[in-house]
This record gives sequence, structure tokens and C-alpha cells, in this order.
Amino acid sequence: MGDFEPKIVAFCCHYCAYSAADLAGSMRLQYSDNIRIVEMPCSGKTDQHVLLRAFEEGADGVYVAGCMEGDCHFLKGNFRGKKRVKQLKNILDQIGLGADRVEFYNLSAAMGPRFKEIADEFTERIRNLGPSPLNKSVKSSKGGDVA
Amino acid sequence: MIIAEQKPMETIEEFIKDYKKVLFLGCAGCVTVCLAGGEKETDLLATSLRMKRELEGNPLETVTYTATRQCDPEYVDGIANYVEDVDCVVSLACGVGVQFVAEKYRNKIVFPALNTKFAGGTVEHGVWEERCGLCGDCILHKTGGICPIIRCSKSILNGPCGGSQDGVCEISKDVPCAWHLIVEHMKELGRLDMLMEVQPPKDWSTSRDGGPRKVVREDVKIDE
Ligand code: SF4
Ligand code: SF4
Repeated sequence: MGDFEPKIVAFCCHYCAYSAADLAGSMRLQYSDNIRIVEMPCSGKTDQHVLLRAFEEGADGVYVAGCMEGDCHFLKGNFRGKKRVKQLKNILDQIGLGADRVEFYNLSAAMGPRFKEIADEFTERIRNLGPSPLNKSVKSSKGGDVA
Repeated sequence: MIIAEQKPMETIEEFIKDYKKVLFLGCAGCVTVCLAGGEKETDLLATSLRMKRELEGNPLETVTYTATRQCDPEYVDGIANYVEDVDCVVSLACGVGVQFVAEKYRNKIVFPALNTKFAGGTVEHGVWEERCGLCGDCILHKTGGICPIIRCSKSILNGPCGGSQDGVCEISKDVPCAWHLIVEHMKELGRLDMLMEVQPPKDWSTSRDGGPRKVVREDVKIDE
């Protein structure tokens, strides 16, 4: 597992998390290159089935990042996003992927360094968990990489 | 509308364990509104089960489609090409939809993905309450628009019973006493007099004891 490079999809809200990613860029902060960012209008827009589809398409980990609580541009979107992620954790447990492969984070547009921290932390978490069991089984049954 | 909720995922998985290609059939009617069987829920269930089966080394092929209404033959007829192509169908409609699909496609087994609960409405997003027991002979005109048949835990017609305390039914502190609500509302309307009339036993023959019920509107029937 030493050479395992997780594939991680980060669904980032436009107003905070995505701006934080921009800031991290401007600050020239190096963060884990395992992260693929998908910009969302709001963290509350990230439907469970979209997150689930990311896993099916080969992600080893997925997270949703929205604004700080109380600061959502759409007022409650980040609370909704968080609840959906919580519910998805149940589904991931039932499926057998495990709840730890999905997470919800809050950060503000000014938190470039925190963006980097989250990217690194989450990558480390997934690295420790190892490849998604789904990827392993897809790889063995189809003999290839699915991503 | 009809309120339903999804059966546990393991139950549905067990239904389809011997099948390889399954149609997950959503319904865009009531179960979409109560977030149990619409397009999103259908996709989420199909994807979850597909991934679970992949992990178990027993791959599942899924087809998803959401019919406008599964309780109308024209929409059920319209899914023939989807049904033809699969080993079995998982319907995310209420029990009516499941039966209409099973009746039309007799060579395919149809499994219910939902538990059909009651006739009710949305009191807030994510919360649904039962409001009508479908008794077939509505008495809401006597009770200020509040149904004692379904909202009173004892379905009594001359309430409240002795269990009503501070507006709450004795079965639970979370259940308002329907008869308390009725009395309060009739007071508001200045029509407490209407409650003085003693209600005779209800004629239940329009409810469940007459076998399956049927509504026929001769005026709108289309004669071939
Ligand atoms: S009286 Fe009968 S029809 Fe009317 S709301 Fe109650 S259960 Fe429904
Ligand atoms: S307390 Fe009210 S709602 Fe409960 S059973 Fe008695 S009359 Fe019905």
C-alpha cells in the first residue's frame, strides 16, 4: 500500500471553500495533489447521489467543504450539506465502504492555510484507510483503473 | 397525498439477491413529494445497491426510470421497454403503483421498495403527519375540519375522552388531543353548539368492511 495515491474529490462551495482554495493558490501553499476540486454553487447543493457517484467512478475519498456555520451565502446551505453528508455516512456504512471516507468541512474564504490543512489531513486519512474497496474489486474484476 | 418511507436497504437487497439486472422504478407523484421514491431517491438506492453488490463480487446492473405516476395505466404502459429488458423490478411507488406495475407486466416479479404509511401532508420540510383515515364518509363538517377518526387515538366521535390533559392525548406528550383541537376551533368559530349534538355510531360500511372500494364516475368514463 506504500505507493497508494488516493483519489479524492472535494466539492467546494463557490463562496468560501473554493475561494479559500484560490487563496491557497495565491499564497503558493503546497497542498496534496490528490485532491480534485469540483466547484459547487453552495455546499447545500451537493446531493448524496452525486457524492456516491464519485465513489462509484473511482474516488477513494470525498469531502464537501462549505462556509463557516452562520456565514453561508444561502443562509442554511452548509447545514443542509452537513446533514446530507451525515446521512451518506450511514449509507456508506451499509454498503461497506465505511463512513470515514466522506467528510464535511467548514472554512471561510480567508482560510487559505486551513484549506491546505484539510486537503492534507483528509489525504492522510484516506491514505491510512487504503484504496476504496470498490476500486479494488473493480480493478480485480475488470483488470483496470476506473478513474 | 400518500406518505411512504423506504424499507431498510438490506431488505431490498435481499429481494433482488438472485437477479442481475434490475429496474429501479421511481414515481413522480406523492412519493416524490414525500422524498421517498422520486428521481433522486431512486438513483440513490440504485447506486447504493449497485456499489454494495460490486463489493460483494455479485455485480448488479441497474436501470433507473421515474414514471410520471405508477397508479395510472398510461404511464405504466409507457415503461414496457424498460421492464422488458430486466430480470425484475423494484418499484419505489406506493402500494398502488407496485400493484399496477405487477398487474401489467405479469412475467416480471415486482418488489416494493417502500412502506406505504398513510394519507397525510407536510407539516414542515421533512415531517409528515397523518390527517385522514380514508373512512369513505367524511365528517369534517361536524368537527371544524379536524378529523377525529384518524387524529384521535381512539377514533371517538363524541370527545374528548378522559385521557385528554392540557390539550395533549394520553398516549404521548407529542400527540395533541384531536378533540381538544376540535373544541378550541369550534369555540373560535362560535359554533360550540354544533358539538352539543350527540353523534350516533358511525356507519363503517363505507370504510374497510365492504371489501375493496371503487369510485366510478359515469360522466367522465370514456366509452369505447
Ligand atoms: S372523517 Fe373520514 S374521510 Fe374525513 S378526514 Fe376523517 S377519516 Fe378522512
Ligand atoms: S385524549 Fe383526545 S385524542 Fe387522545 S384518545 Fe382521548 S379524545 Fe382522542
